[in-house]
Amino acid sequence: MQNNSYMGILKNNLWHNNAIFIQILGICSTLAVTNNLINTSIMTIGVVLVMGFTNLTVSALKSFMPRKVRMIVQTLIISFYVIIVDIILRAYIPDVSRALGPYVGLIITNCIIMGRAEAFAQSNKPLISFWDGITSGTGYMLVLLAIAFFRELLGFGTLFGFKILPESFTSWTIMVMPPSAFFMLAIFIWIAKSIMVKGENK
Amino acid sequence: MAPDISPFVLFFASIFTSNILLSNFLGMCSFISVSKDYKSSNGLGMAVTFVVTITTALNWIVYNYILIPFELEYLRYIVFIIVIAATVQVLEMLIERVSTNLYMALGIFLPLITVNCAILGVALFMQLRNYSFIQSVIYGLGSGLGWWLAIMALSAIRQKVDKAPVPTGLKGPGITLITIGFMAMAFIGFAGMLSVQ
Repeated sequence: MQNNSYMGILKNNLWHNNAIFIQILGICSTLAVTNNLINTSIMTIGVVLVMGFTNLTVSALKSFMPRKVRMIVQTLIISFYVIIVDIILRAYIPDVSRALGPYVGLIITNCIIMGRAEAFAQSNKPLISFWDGITSGTGYMLVLLAIAFFRELLGFGTLFGFKILPESFTSWTIMVMPPSAFFMLAIFIWIAKSIMVKGENK
Repeated sequence: MAPDISPFVLFFASIFTSNILLSNFLGMCSFISVSKDYKSSNGLGMAVTFVVTITTALNWIVYNYILIPFELEYLRYIVFIIVIAATVQVLEMLIERVSTNLYMALGIFLPLITVNCAILGVALFMQLRNYSFIQSVIYGLGSGLGWWLAIMALSAIRQKVDKAPVPTGLKGPGITLITIGFMAMAFIGFAGMLSVQ
């Protein structure tokens, strides 16, 4: 299954080994913001960038890093990029930054980033590691955007803040509240897994 | 300024109404994987409660007495994570020396905790909401207990659910997430009693 060409990595990270469907990683900090498409897209773009650059840095530094302390070094590299993202957000889009609150900081403990750095960047060249980070992040982003799409549409009747559904539509309050994030994610995992199982049986 | 919330209200709110796991989604990774096993859930819950209380207190001191006077607030993510990692290391060594039994119960879970979002999350919420020292400690303790309660409840439910016949695609994480969703709904029921922002 391991295919280390650029195309192979793309396919693997977007579907066969999607961070959310298969590995159920990194849902901690980001589910909380999925009731709103704008916040979700900004948050996940942040994750993609942090992930790409972390992989790049970890991979470039791998021969200088003593194995014993690599976890803490990786964490520090991640925190470094998260701080940059946080500062950029606060400078250019303060409203969103306030709405995201502590969740930007929590990208640091997002298990996917550490997971990819450990599993891929430790043993591969910088450029391809960067690509791996970006594509895994994109796979993660697409799933969360899909969840946010349904939550915002049904919960507020809007998409990206624009009214889509008619006034007569009664918004589902549950979609704005935490439980729906769990339900939506479960449904998506269900669909994805069923498709995969079917594909394997053929 | 510290918000005006009585410690008692804060304590119960952080366990029930704004449960760190079910309403803020923090600490999900280890939550799903560890809750398969009842005994490990208990150990991890205990370890999280213990570490989160201590690190919140330490982070409060570091933030208010070191970062603010030197205007280094933007470094808080790095500093918080270092404090957490260091505390976990020291605790691991201390527990190993002091009590072998406790080490057997908690020891293996301690390294897992460094990357548990709940710990960092509590520190960040504490800083964002300007809690006073006492409030922070109570908030940390309450959040830890809330996490412990949630993981115990889920692992108890999973003992049955994992044996139930469910569609193939829904097996494992899928059905677990739905279970967590129902638990979150149940916990929302407490929200009418008290709320803390």
